[in-house]
Amino acid sequence: MDDELRRGFYRQMVRIRTYEEAIRADYHADKTPAWDIGAGLIPGEMHLSAGQEPVAVGLCAHLTADDGLTAPHRPHHLALAKGVDMRKMTAEIYGRETGLSHGKGGHMHLFDPSQHFSCSGIIAEGIPVAVGQALAFHRRGTTNIAVAVAGEGAANQGAFHESLNLASLWKLPVVFVIEDNDWAISVARTASTSVPSNATRAAAYGVAGERVEGNDVEAVYQAAGRAVARARAGEGPTLLEVHTVRLWGHFEGDAQAYRGDELAVAESHDPIPAYEAKLRADGVLDDATVEAVRAEAATEVADAIAFAKSSPEPSPASAYQHVFV
Amino acid sequence: MTVTDQPAAASATRRLTTAKAISEAIAQEMERDPDVFVMGEDVAAYGGIFGSTTGLLDQFGPTRIIDTPISETGFIGAGIGAAVEGMRPVVELMFVDFFGVCMDQIYNHMAKIHYESGGHVTVPMVLMTAVGGGYSDGAQHSQCLWGTFAHLPGLKVVVPSNPYDAKGLMTAAIRDDNPVLYMFHKGVMGLPWMAKNPRSIGPVPAESYEVPIGKAAVARPGRDVTVVSLSLSLQHCLDVADELVGEGLEAEVIDLRSVVPLDRGAILESVGRTGKIVVVDEDYRSFGLSGEIAATIAESDPGLLRAPFTRVAYPDVPVPYARPLEYEVLPTHRRIREAIVSVAGR
Repeated sequence: MDDELRRGFYRQMVRIRTYEEAIRADYHADKTPAWDIGAGLIPGEMHLSAGQEPVAVGLCAHLTADDGLTAPHRPHHLALAKGVDMRKMTAEIYGRETGLSHGKGGHMHLFDPSQHFSCSGIIAEGIPVAVGQALAFHRRGTTNIAVAVAGEGAANQGAFHESLNLASLWKLPVVFVIEDNDWAISVARTASTSVPSNATRAAAYGVAGERVEGNDVEAVYQAAGRAVARARAGEGPTLLEVHTVRLWGHFEGDAQAYRGDELAVAESHDPIPAYEAKLRADGVLDDATVEAVRAEAATEVADAIAFAKSSPEPSPASAYQHVFV
Repeated sequence: MTVTDQPAAASATRRLTTAKAISEAIAQEMERDPDVFVMGEDVAAYGGIFGSTTGLLDQFGPTRIIDTPISETGFIGAGIGAAVEGMRPVVELMFVDFFGVCMDQIYNHMAKIHYESGGHVTVPMVLMTAVGGGYSDGAQHSQCLWGTFAHLPGLKVVVPSNPYDAKGLMTAAIRDDNPVLYMFHKGVMGLPWMAKNPRSIGPVPAESYEVPIGKAAVARPGRDVTVVSLSLSLQHCLDVADELVGEGLEAEVIDLRSVVPLDRGAILESVGRTGKIVVVDEDYRSFGLSGEIAATIAESDPGLLRAPFTRVAYPDVPVPYARPLEYEVLPTHRRIREAIVSVAGR
């Protein structure tokens, strides 16, 4: 694999992690001493993606701005890897007028039509929307594809199964990506899912299925490449499951007592230091590059947050706009 | 069976959060009746995302406190199936906003089976769910929607505002042979991670008791204006009513406690005395509870009102995320106060 491509993977993963760490810090900064989910600069639920960067980065390396992607309630890594503007996305998360949705959406509802990117806070409900995007791309004769990303918990929802059947039946250019982070909030995958790999469920719908172990960005890149190529070639959908890791809580403030000893194990499987070590060993990264990548990420994230914080709040009267066109 | 609607003096000093009151009611019914069990997402080890089942796994084990996959159609339907076979499931839908993925089971099955069967089949099931906003959770996690469910014949719709009622209404809901939708507002649960709300902790008797479903409570008597509300908004109404005493205005605050059955008599009785009404409802304004109350008065005696019917409800917009937007449209203390003062003619 090309060195520059690999450095690009690293750079994008560091960028995303730097972003999530900064959001996490600001999210908690002004909720003390009496922690209140609705208080502070960033109110509401906050589902951060630390640990799941390899999925977004390996996948989105194959996508253009004209390809569609629907993300779930935990969307930041996917938005950033897809190319959603960091400043506007951050302003949305801070509830500002300059945000993607002028403060109406929030972090679970990021919409960027220029990237054909959207989210849903309802489990699995973004999946059929990706099927519809693919239907539009197909009918218009483009080679664009749509990707539906959801967690492993979503693979037990009807919308997931209905979408697989539809996309297979109509041979649509869709890639279904399941991020298996082992946990649906507090319910372990083993307590929720009847099969060890969701990829095996692909067979029930006559589509290709593949599971990627190891939370390795390069393995995701290769598997996603096969899936995206099939979709672009008109060979129909693929179901891809990536075994990833949720390093932090389901949402910020989740004490995670239910994880027990597994949490420490998960934390020892942080994909970014592991990938950095691998690239150093291969001579692809050195101290200076690592330093530069981190500095570049810190600068970009700081700029986006400064933009958000300096942006005006939406006027209360705008609450009544946008119900209808 | 004890049926009361006021805290028993003997144990009124014990104070619980609404969340704890709910889980205690479920535990006591589970001890009393082996047919009662709990199903839902994160109800076991987590104890319910909003604390409604905290401690139950330790007490009853995983065969009666059952974590489910994220498969609401499946597990709500399974609750219905168990109920028609005579069990009494308490099923949790984590946020009411998630009803979209499972509404067929709720309204075409849970609500209708008794009627469709000509009364031969009963569905003694409780579907409990979290409602409400005010903490920037956005359009898919902040709705109330009791009007949506109340519109559908066959479901009782219970909406407690305080710990005492929450326990008694849950006990009554589990014992009820009808399907009951039990809707708790996150803001009344007394959760440690939400805005602290003194009215979400209150006296709760240790013994089991029922609060009858369908009977409103006069949460605060008054002579000048009738204020009808429920859930978290009811707490706001009490706050405002307390403030207005200093201005010589005595508002009577009525806590509906259930939307179905709606205690129309309690509303009419109060309005008959005050001649003035403000309905405060965090659910959407149009085609819902507040309009139903207006119709109730109009159908009974339009002459009861000496001031225009007034409602403080959620305007017909989805719930916005940013705080200035959400607090523009929520029924806040400010909006409630302005409405009461205006109706009172002060």
